[in-house]
Amino acid sequence: MSLTVTGLKVYYRTLRGDVKALDDVTFSLADGEIMGLAGESGCGKTTLGKSLIRLDGRMRHAGGSVELNGVELPIGEDARMTEFRYGDVSLIPQYGMSALNPTRKIGRMIRELLESRGIRYATIRPELEHRLALVGLDDGVLDRYPMELSGGMKQRAVMVISTLLNPSLLIADEITSALDVSTQRAVAEALVGFRDHGFVDSMIVITHDVSLVYQIADTIMVMYAGKLAEKAPAEVLVSSPRHPYTQQLISALPEVGVRYQGKRLSGIPGSPPTLLDPPAGCRFRDRCPLAFDRCVEEPPFVETEAGHFVACWKVG
Amino acid sequence: MLRLDGVSKTYRAGAFGGRHLTAVRDVSIELRPGEMVSLIGESGSGKTTIGRMVLRLTSVSGGAITFDGDDISTLEGRRLKEYRRCVQGVFQDPFSSYNPVFKADRVFSMLRTNFFPGVPDAEWRHRVEDALISVRLHPDAVLNRYPHQLSGGQLQRLLIARALLLDIKVLVADEIISMLDASTRIDVLNLLGDLKDRGLAILFITHDLALGNYISDQTVILRRGQIVESGVTERVFTNPLHPYTRQLLTSVPQLHRNWSDIDTALAVAPGRCAYHTQGGPTDGRQLAEAEPDHLVACLATGGNTSCPDG
Amino acid sequence: MNTVLRNKKLVGGLVVVVVFLVAGLVGPWFTGPDPLAYVGPPAQAPSGAYPFGTTTFGQDVFGQFVHGLRATFFVGFFAGLLAAVIGMLVGFISGYRGGIVDEILNMITNIVLVLPVLAVLLIIAAYLEVRNIQIQALIIGLFSWPWVARAVRAQTMTLRSRDFVDLARLSGAPVRRIVFREIAPNMASYLFMVFILLFGGAVLFAATLDFIGLGPTDGISLGLMLNNAVRWSALNLGMWWWFVPPGLGITAIVGALYIMNVGLDEVFNPKLRET
Repeated sequence: MSLTVTGLKVYYRTLRGDVKALDDVTFSLADGEIMGLAGESGCGKTTLGKSLIRLDGRMRHAGGSVELNGVELPIGEDARMTEFRYGDVSLIPQYGMSALNPTRKIGRMIRELLESRGIRYATIRPELEHRLALVGLDDGVLDRYPMELSGGMKQRAVMVISTLLNPSLLIADEITSALDVSTQRAVAEALVGFRDHGFVDSMIVITHDVSLVYQIADTIMVMYAGKLAEKAPAEVLVSSPRHPYTQQLISALPEVGVRYQGKRLSGIPGSPPTLLDPPAGCRFRDRCPLAFDRCVEEPPFVETEAGHFVACWKVG
Repeated sequence: MLRLDGVSKTYRAGAFGGRHLTAVRDVSIELRPGEMVSLIGESGSGKTTIGRMVLRLTSVSGGAITFDGDDISTLEGRRLKEYRRCVQGVFQDPFSSYNPVFKADRVFSMLRTNFFPGVPDAEWRHRVEDALISVRLHPDAVLNRYPHQLSGGQLQRLLIARALLLDIKVLVADEIISMLDASTRIDVLNLLGDLKDRGLAILFITHDLALGNYISDQTVILRRGQIVESGVTERVFTNPLHPYTRQLLTSVPQLHRNWSDIDTALAVAPGRCAYHTQGGPTDGRQLAEAEPDHLVACLATGGNTSCPDG
Repeated sequence: MNTVLRNKKLVGGLVVVVVFLVAGLVGPWFTGPDPLAYVGPPAQAPSGAYPFGTTTFGQDVFGQFVHGLRATFFVGFFAGLLAAVIGMLVGFISGYRGGIVDEILNMITNIVLVLPVLAVLLIIAAYLEVRNIQIQALIIGLFSWPWVARAVRAQTMTLRSRDFVDLARLSGAPVRRIVFREIAPNMASYLFMVFILLFGGAVLFAATLDFIGLGPTDGISLGLMLNNAVRWSALNLGMWWWFVPPGLGITAIVGALYIMNVGLDEVFNPKLRET
């Protein structure tokens, strides 16, 4: 069991009180598992990704624990997390492409990064070239400035850099959303390649695009308003989702071949509750067609079949 | 109704404007009432530039855009205003479309000062409420609020309602749902479909093939400013002839179908260049008719490869 | 409003400026109409009758000081206003229009920017035998707008590419209205700060001109007081009351305006606020 998250709560401090961006989240990730983390904007998926590596200034660890390979991560303590970052847990941020320092050549940047971790650049250089080749980049990129590379090339370079020390957990946050469709596929497939080559043990791929994670992930976890809604193997989640939110979300996605005249899709009416002071019980109940009395109590996130977790009173 | 005939756009670039960049090259599209044309392309394909030229926010460098027979680049003053009354647009970023200093409903009052100065208050309020209801917004929920108090979906609908206040015949929708969440985007898309059914011509600009396929009657695939394939949506999607269209189709992530499945499904390429086998070059046009209502460019277009049949 | 009042820099600066402004507006009523009149015994140290003492010639230093404040605020306000208006107009037009208009306006801006202002002023001074503070304000205004134009131009260029500007064009709004009703309100806080900076700059520049003898030939200002004090060797004679008030006045006003500006920056730009 590579990653175990238990009862994790992370709140944002604001002037009007705590925003409960992540409220009592419990799940685990197996060795070698690529998990897609999907949900709409503001559902807490980015917060979850960040809280596994670095809480930013406004975030507060309000409870729960995170265990990676049997070691508990001190996620609330910025300084103590430093030893785990990059080596054990690594993140490709949402705007990773623009995080590259424009005045440094890629190679020099990698050298400085490694030296700050006490690793000699020369010893790792052959492996670096090997991995660049795997994602379709030649070692010439090391002598270039970020500006000289296209978005897809930069993103792949960032991916190689982030995984150079073989972290056991990689978090990829919306890494393809700024890319064109054809580069999107190459980048997504490179992620799978990293896992297959053993560069990373397991991966959390955060995205708003369920159909993208369906292509590459083993399991998909859906979040809604700071809570987990459903987690299942990718194929199961897409073809027979059980949580009403997942069902509606998936049926709202047009696919190539579905046409407005033939089969009119519909969205989910209403909007998610504010997380400043969320209502008790199931947070989807105001928008849920199946809601009944019991939904004012909070539904537990339970395993209904092997590997299939759902938080809904109507299921299981 | 609205026609683009061999439209091009070049920009001067570099120091002293010595180099020329071609953003759009020889594009011809026709928009008919009650029909939705989707313009599909990746970044840099010139799709947004085409939308801006239709809206007359950017000038045309070559060719002509005509509306009911009038070249729109010659319109000035009163006649330009009449054109704006008929042709309107909605843009990609709902938050950038509103002036953050003012309330969101200012987009309506701006129309009123410029187009309907004579309409009395009560009558105007009535019209605004009608427009809001037709885009399925509750007037009380959106009027008198600042943009940051509304959701992206509400803001985009407000902009569509704004366009409906005018007597529009053509709507240019530039990536209007790409920044919305999955659960609301389909409703905005359906709204466009309803407008189309009411007789509007819609130019739907998108990078997402699934959306274009879902909603549009005609599809135009753009690559680096040129049309590579166009025609009735079903034909383009079920029988993609140009390798670029096929590449897009194999790259777009789909539900229920793996990339590897799609690869095998689209593995057998048509092989021959439909453009050349149809005798395309004889009249000098860029596109040749491969089957009825389905045009395709030469396979060599824009790439480094030479055409096998050329 | 609360954040405005809670900002100590802004409130402190404002208090200092307002105190001097009131002194300049109200003071002359008590001291008589002519600050240059010979009213008392020469070279008196501050006393009950002459709170700031008298000059070598028996002129009331306090009377000169409050009249001088008036002149200083007049020059600062009108020169600042003139420069702000020219700078904004040039900036708006060149940023919004672009193309050849932009290039011409940019050229003019750059020419004014690199003109050696002092040399030009020497020439103007040689031609204009009688100069008053109105002319001084005009000259300072005409020479201090270029940086405003450049800053406003850059901001206008970024704002004009925003979708709401396109939407206003689609709504048939004329250029004038787009610039002043859509773009300018987004820069209002910035434009206000620009004016404050120009105000302080003009006060300082006027004092410099006065001090080196290029100031008004009639009337009095804080800079002219300093100029007179130096000319009649107040420093050597130990008449500190002659030069300390105007020197301190200029420093305090310019300093307070600058601190106000920093405060305003914090109010408008929450990122700079201390937590």
